Amino acid sequence: MLALRIIRWTAWALVAVAIFVGTGIAVGWFRTEWLGQQPPGAVTSTGTPAVGGPFSLVNHRGERVTQDTFKGKPTAYFFGFTHCPEVCPTTLFEMSQHLKELGPDADKLNVVFVTVDPERDTPELLKTYLESFDPRIIALTGTPEEMAAAAKAFRISYRKVPTEGGNYTIDHTSSLIVTDAKGELVTLIDYHEEAPSALAKLKRAIRG
Amino acid sequence: MMPPVEGAKDTRMTKRFAAALLSTLAVGITPSAMAQAPDTFRAGAIVVEAPWSRATPGGAKVGGGYMRITNTGSEPDRLVGGSTVVAEGFEVHRSTVTDGIARMEPVTGGLEIGPGQTVELKPGAMHAMFVNLRQGLKPGETVDGMLVFEKAGALKIAYRVGGIGAQAAPAAANAHQNH
Repeated sequence: MLALRIIRWTAWALVAVAIFVGTGIAVGWFRTEWLGQQPPGAVTSTGTPAVGGPFSLVNHRGERVTQDTFKGKPTAYFFGFTHCPEVCPTTLFEMSQHLKELGPDADKLNVVFVTVDPERDTPELLKTYLESFDPRIIALTGTPEEMAAAAKAFRISYRKVPTEGGNYTIDHTSSLIVTDAKGELVTLIDYHEEAPSALAKLKRAIRG
Repeated sequence: MMPPVEGAKDTRMTKRFAAALLSTLAVGITPSAMAQAPDTFRAGAIVVEAPWSRATPGGAKVGGGYMRITNTGSEPDRLVGGSTVVAEGFEVHRSTVTDGIARMEPVTGGLEIGPGQTVELKPGAMHAMFVNLRQGLKPGETVDGMLVFEKAGALKIAYRVGGIGAQAAPAAANAHQNH
C-alpha cells in the first residue's frame, strides 16, 4: 500500500505547512494589531538605512565634487531649486540662522544645497543665489543624469509639474538629510521642525 | 568740446531728475522711508489687507505674495489674475509640505472667495507667485501690484517686502521708523 502511504505523508505535510503559515499570520497579526509593532522594513548590513550613496556633481564655483569631498565632517544636505518661492529660500535662511547660532562649531559642519533643477540652476546662478545666505553653504548642480543619480543615492524624490506659460515647478523631498563624517545617515530634519529641535540635531551630528 | 553753459546744465539736471522720478513711478518701487502705502485696499465687495512679500535671494526668478482677501458681499467672487511691476507673470499657487515632500500646484480657474469668507494667502499655504522677476525684491521696499477679480474688477495694491525668511507681514515702515 505504497500509494496510500504517500498520500498520507503528503496530507500530513500539508497540515504541517498550514499550521506553520497559520501561526505566522496569527503572530504577525497579533504583533501589528495588538502590540502596535511595525513590520520590519529594509535593513542594510550596517543597520543604517542606505541614504547618501555615491554622487558626482559640480559646485557653485564650478569644481567637480563627490561624496568624498564632504567626508571628514558631518554634512547637512538639502535638495531644492532656485525657482522655488517659499520652501527653498526659507530652508536656506533657517540653515544660515543655525550656522550663526552654532558659532565656531559651524565650521565643523558642511551645509550642501543640491538643485533638483539642473537645467535652470547653473553654477553661476547658484553662486549669485548663495550670496544671500551664509557663505559657508555650498550649492551643487550637474547634468540631469548626474543629478538623478544623486537624488537616487539620497532617496530623494522629485517631479516636474508644468505651470502656466510653459513653465514648470518641481515637487521635491524637502527634508534635510544629515550624515556623519563618514557620509552615513545620522538624522533627518523635517521642513516643519522647530528651530531648537533642528539645531539640537545639528549639534548632535557635530559632536559625533 | 565746449563746457556746457550754466543754463544748459540746469536743464540737463532737471531732465535727469524728471527721468529718475518718472522711472521710479514707472517701476513703482519706493524705498521704505517714502512708503506710505495704506494696508487695506477695496474694490466693490472685496477687501484686501496687508499684502506683503519676501526679499528674494540673488538671481531668484520667482517671488511670493501674501495677503488676506475678504469678500464682504453676498455673492462669491474669484481672484482670476494679477500683476506686479517687478515680474512678467502672476499665478496663484497652493503649496504644501506633507510627508516630507514639498508640493506646489497652480490654483486653476481662479481662487474663489465665498460671500463673507476670508481667504488668507500665507507661507505654507497659498501664495501669489511673481513669475520671471525682472529684479530682486529687497526688504523694506514696497512693490505695486494689481489684482483682478471676476466681479469686483481690478484693484491696485502694494506689497510690503519683508526679510527672506519672514513668516508674517513686516511692520508698517513708518511705524517702524518712529520707534
